[in-house]
Amino acid sequence: MTLSDLVKSFGLKIEAGKDRLREGVTGGYASDLLSDVIAHSRKGNVWITIQTHPNIVAVATMKELSGIILTGGRQPEAETIQKAEHEGIPILASPLFTFELVGRLYQMGISGMSPC
Amino acid sequence: MERTENNILFHRIFPIEGGDFTNAGSTSDQIKKILKEAGFSNTLIRRICIAAFEAEMNVICYASKGTLSLYIARSFLKIVVNDEGKGIRDINLAMSEGYSTADEKIRELGFGAGMGLPNIRKNADEMVLTSQFNQGTHLEFTVYLDRQEAALPFE
Repeated sequence: MTLSDLVKSFGLKIEAGKDRLREGVTGGYASDLLSDVIAHSRKGNVWITIQTHPNIVAVATMKELSGIILTGGRQPEAETIQKAEHEGIPILASPLFTFELVGRLYQMGISGMSPC
Repeated sequence: MERTENNILFHRIFPIEGGDFTNAGSTSDQIKKILKEAGFSNTLIRRICIAAFEAEMNVICYASKGTLSLYIARSFLKIVVNDEGKGIRDINLAMSEGYSTADEKIRELGFGAGMGLPNIRKNADEMVLTSQFNQGTHLEFTVYLDRQEAALPFE
């Protein structure tokens, strides 16, 4: 499963990193607390969040996430896009709210990690 | 590079401005690049950079200004953070997961989850935290290079 597959299946809007959509997605993590994402996401995960500021790119870069999906129709800030292009982190956007989008991703076979 | 005693191979000091959310993450980013260039393993880089990022964010969220210093020695990596600012009133409380004194603005940005210091402790082999309330905080943490087989369970 790649980000490109997700874009096609859910009609996600590509906000940044259109050349990096062929990266494989190892799973998903959904949270709006950055420390939580830093602690629990795994390399190659796609991250579902409503945060739109540039720090999300810093987190995704550090954890080597495959990409970020913004939910609820939110748009990344201009600086976020700029930073994402620079770091090569794809940012996608969906009008769906987090719960709904995560449910659909899960149905498609993208799972999270159980804590134990 | 700043001047150091001989057993430290590399040492650099990064200044951090309190409240500067725009450049948040840039210090840990630079550290990541330095460690990558030096050829350290990805696991080790991830551990030290997670801790460095949390420490950097603490200065940005709670201090007026501070410095973060990276030390590379033959057997360990060490980060020392000193800041002038609010300080920590109760360190034991601050170390417990979920406790935070972050204001609404910080929380809206997704910080202030009360996981920063616990995340640092989890990723470091050793950590020392001291603070003077309303003056500032001193944090240092070390990752030993010979303990790398003990990778974190969730990585």
